[in-house]
Amino acid sequence: MKSQSRAFRTNAEKALLDTQLQRALNIAGSGFIDKRRAAIDALPVFELLRDAARTIKEHTLSHLDDYLLRFEQQVRANGGQVHWARTPAEASKLVVQLCRAVDAKRVTKGKTMVGEEIGLNEALEQAGMIPIETDLGEYIIQLAEEPPSHIIAPAIHKTREQITALFKQHHARYGLTKPLETVPEIVNEARQVLRQEFLQADVGITGANLLIAETGSTVLVTNEGNGDLTASLPRVHIVVASIEKVVPTLEDATVILRLLGRSATGQEITSYTSFFTGPKRDTDQDGPEAFHVVLVDNGRTEMLGNDYHPMLRCIHCGACLNHCPVYSAIGGHAYGWVYPGPMGAVLTPLMLGLQQAPDLPQASSLCGRCAEVCPMSIPLPDLLRQHRFKLHEQRVSPLLTRLALAAWASLARHPASYRWVMNRISHLLHRVSRRQGRFQRLPFASHWTQSRDFPAPQGETFLSAWAKKVAQKRGDK
Amino acid sequence: MRVGLFATCLVDLLRPSVGFAAVKLLQQAGCEVEVPLAQTCCGQPAYNNGDRNNAARLAKQVIDTFYMYDYLVVPSGSCGGMIKVHYPELLKNDPAYHAKATDLAGRCFELTSFLVDVLKIESVDAAYTGKLTYHDSCSSLREWGIKQQPRHLLNSLDGCQLNEMANTESCCGFGGTFCVKYPAISTRMVNDKIASIQASGADTLVAADLGCLLNLAGRIKRLGLPIKVFHVAEVLAGIAHGPGIGEDESA
Repeated sequence: MKSQSRAFRTNAEKALLDTQLQRALNIAGSGFIDKRRAAIDALPVFELLRDAARTIKEHTLSHLDDYLLRFEQQVRANGGQVHWARTPAEASKLVVQLCRAVDAKRVTKGKTMVGEEIGLNEALEQAGMIPIETDLGEYIIQLAEEPPSHIIAPAIHKTREQITALFKQHHARYGLTKPLETVPEIVNEARQVLRQEFLQADVGITGANLLIAETGSTVLVTNEGNGDLTASLPRVHIVVASIEKVVPTLEDATVILRLLGRSATGQEITSYTSFFTGPKRDTDQDGPEAFHVVLVDNGRTEMLGNDYHPMLRCIHCGACLNHCPVYSAIGGHAYGWVYPGPMGAVLTPLMLGLQQAPDLPQASSLCGRCAEVCPMSIPLPDLLRQHRFKLHEQRVSPLLTRLALAAWASLARHPASYRWVMNRISHLLHRVSRRQGRFQRLPFASHWTQSRDFPAPQGETFLSAWAKKVAQKRGDK
Repeated sequence: MRVGLFATCLVDLLRPSVGFAAVKLLQQAGCEVEVPLAQTCCGQPAYNNGDRNNAARLAKQVIDTFYMYDYLVVPSGSCGGMIKVHYPELLKNDPAYHAKATDLAGRCFELTSFLVDVLKIESVDAAYTGKLTYHDSCSSLREWGIKQQPRHLLNSLDGCQLNEMANTESCCGFGGTFCVKYPAISTRMVNDKIASIQASGADTLVAADLGCLLNLAGRIKRLGLPIKVFHVAEVLAGIAHGPGIGEDESA
């Protein structure tokens, strides 16, 4: 998908004024936060699991090549194939080739964020195939021709009214014209439409939440069961996954699964946790004839061992989005690419280049709530700050900001001048404020005063008043 | 015990009474308080805007200024957090200063935490008539784990009622230069926070960080709401009877 991240500022301002979006975000409200809290409170070992998961991931990352090769070996032993893609273009080309090889016309898709990352739907369409999203949220935004706005709830920005309107517009051709009111009615109608698609599809593509080296399995968590139908009904199942998803053993996978559901939706475990291990065996009644895994790098090996290494622990639970005050205010689309919120503000500049997303690392108050809730203990504010160091070093940040900061630092390095200047400013502002205690407008501070008054100084700086007090005391003695 | 007070640049310029309140609280608790005049800024604006070099220069200056004291006390979780959490990281490749930074970090405390955790103060001898609500600054909460200390002291005030607001752990939208770089997003965040403050039924807002307070008071005054705003030190020191932050002095 084409990035709009450079337009973050404008997009964010538009999002704040978009009443439909604000209504949708408001309805979502603190639902995820409250459910996560309750799920974690009910599991006293959560912190221990968190430490264990971090250790598992760090161990895996330090032997990533080993585990990936072991995974490949196991997939092959199970009768499947593994394909390696360095870039998004390579990855989507590989998938298209695999689809073409079986002369695919219709391709069902379970939820895959990596699929978004590599622009898979566009590639399939260009190759003349019809991709059909089967996750309800993904299906809704596919109808709306929009990208996902959340990594686990892709249509969270849509209100029920918008969804029923979309269905009305697109489902008439199936003879489905009954007005929809309730959520179950919406879900049922989507099921009716998608059931046909599942049966007709030639290829099913899913993502993976985990890859297990020991067994060659790919793990997918869903709440709708669409993943299972996508994987097992068509003749071919293709899994598209990024390389950092691998864990050594089945047991390791379960540790992460216990964190994932709770952190994401507050569920102890999602409705479906599916393990796909190779194609249909002779003894199996169902399943695909062929099983492929496309492993996508897209800059991840470069992150190994560098400043952004901890980001590779991410299990895409979305907790950092749900708890981010900026994400909650503007929604996911303003971030302009596949991954929004704090994790997106770290990943997008790494995948597209800092120049393509210079606002993302800056547009955070660094409140730290994301790191606090991250099940993999990723220090997201520190990683955002790493980007800011680079933005400063590469002089991408605005010149005026850099000059103002340099001037401030230079003054602050000369305490005597600093005291004198600050005291003069304090007196001046106090006099100008005419004892009103605040300014409604102030030169050079319009970004503050456009929505806030600026509290006025009290007349003399603390250091100046203190120095006088100390001198007076000495005099008294 | 010799305590060096780092007032912070915001207190120095915009709310000196917080500095005097901090001195009073520390002296009442038996500390010998000094305010070294060589103090300026902790370097956080530079650090969070990506300018590591200037941040490191200022960090070293703060370390040199305060190293001699038994403790360094800051009436701000944010500037204090810069010293405690970020100086050692910032200076990790500086052989001369890294050990000093780590040492000073261990002796650096946010004011309310210092009073309760180090000086073991149980109560303050002051009064405040009103319904207070306490805003947790993100740094106090997450870089320091401070939650109960200020509440403990506020609860000991004569005549005071503490009303907890909902979403007390969410950011007020200040975020240093964030609030002027992304004013629209910041304004939305401060509006949400103020809605929680109003819903708590409190008539006075207190917090331990002047940054948050300037932002909150600025928006509260712009909206014309009848909520007084004070730094927690002013209330605890019993000097919160004058105009609150952003309030008319002549009224």
